[in-house]
Amino acid sequence: MTIYFGFDAGLAALLLAMATCSIVARASFAAIVLFMIYGLLLAIVWVRLSAVDVALTETAIGGGVTGVLLLGAAARLRKSNPPAGEIDLSLRIWAGLLCLLTAAGLAIVVFFLPDEAPTLAPQVQENLAENGLGNPVAAVLFVYRALDTLLEKVVLLLALVGVWSLAKDQAWGGVPGLQVYEQPSRILVFLAQLLPPIGLVVGIYMCWAGANYPGGAFQGGSILAAMWLLVMMARLRPAPAIAAPWVRLLLVVGPAAFLAIGFLGFVAADSFLAYPEGYAKPLIIVVEVALTLSIGVTLALLVAGAPERMPQQ
Amino acid sequence: MSSAALFGYCGAALVGVGLFGLVTHPEVLRKILAFNLLGSGVFLLFGVIARRGAAAGLAADPVPQALVITGIVVAFSATAMAVALLVRLNQATGQVAMSTDDPPLGQ
Repeated sequence: MTIYFGFDAGLAALLLAMATCSIVARASFAAIVLFMIYGLLLAIVWVRLSAVDVALTETAIGGGVTGVLLLGAAARLRKSNPPAGEIDLSLRIWAGLLCLLTAAGLAIVVFFLPDEAPTLAPQVQENLAENGLGNPVAAVLFVYRALDTLLEKVVLLLALVGVWSLAKDQAWGGVPGLQVYEQPSRILVFLAQLLPPIGLVVGIYMCWAGANYPGGAFQGGSILAAMWLLVMMARLRPAPAIAAPWVRLLLVVGPAAFLAIGFLGFVAADSFLAYPEGYAKPLIIVVEVALTLSIGVTLALLVAGAPERMPQQ
Repeated sequence: MSSAALFGYCGAALVGVGLFGLVTHPEVLRKILAFNLLGSGVFLLFGVIARRGAAAGLAADPVPQALVITGIVVAFSATAMAVALLVRLNQATGQVAMSTDDPPLGQ
């Protein structure tokens, strides 16, 4: 029993309290704000589990972009009447018991985890020097399991196509109706002018440092997306029309570069997504830079939602 | 009990809390939020597995960590898609909840 364990126990209790409050809160707005606090606390848990890469992703996505997405939806749904009937008490008790059973089952699994934990860390560490990367997580993402990462970017694009396809016919190719606030407050406008230069530097640094230190394309891209969303929400710059050629180009440049280098593997190395010897690191950096741009634009447009009106002439 | 095990139990409890919200909330937006809570509980279990797999001078097994990063991205994509569907449902019917008592769309 050390001071660290005490800190961890307090953190876990706070995390569970936030999660429970966010479920039982009456108002959607309060629930979402609690969820965002929960995301930040969860990021501290990831640091305590020595997973700093995951902590950065969780902060940017769990606490940040998902929160903005849900807040935007809550703002749009505010005018609708909430559902009249509550689910009756007996059903809630049964649901509660079943959920308790599920949690207890998982807890038993955690309790009986094998003492000799299976691990792939030695294999990752062994081959790390070969591809010139210093960050083992980046090595898994871009070398050993590159196919997963490639498909994940395709999933992002597919989700965006899905969101866009919900537009009404007359709004196709138009401007997303991102509206969190009716009229941006002066504080929001001030922050939207102050933060983007700092955020841009941090985002680009995170992409650059990702090869050797925690960080990477995804974390950097989410920060760029957050900065752009801030500017759009403060109405300093309008959201772009989704038919604009530069938008389409930025969306596909990352996956396209990744795919091109993947096919290059057939010629220069021995298989798809294999890097030619000695060129692994520069090629990965090229892919990461292209992906950072694409991820930033994709995430921001996913939050902005389906197009709702044609651009003003 | 180690810290990793403690966070493991915490992850298990989060799955239960998220599942409860998913089942009992009539509002779709709250269901989406609860589903994200459930997902983060599962990710936390992955994190515990990663921490236990510390070896070869690494503080945690990087493979589950990479899986979780991919998982967070995919979960966000699904959330954005679900929110867009909800907003469209609301535009079309004025509803914010799913209920079996409602008349079907278009009536």
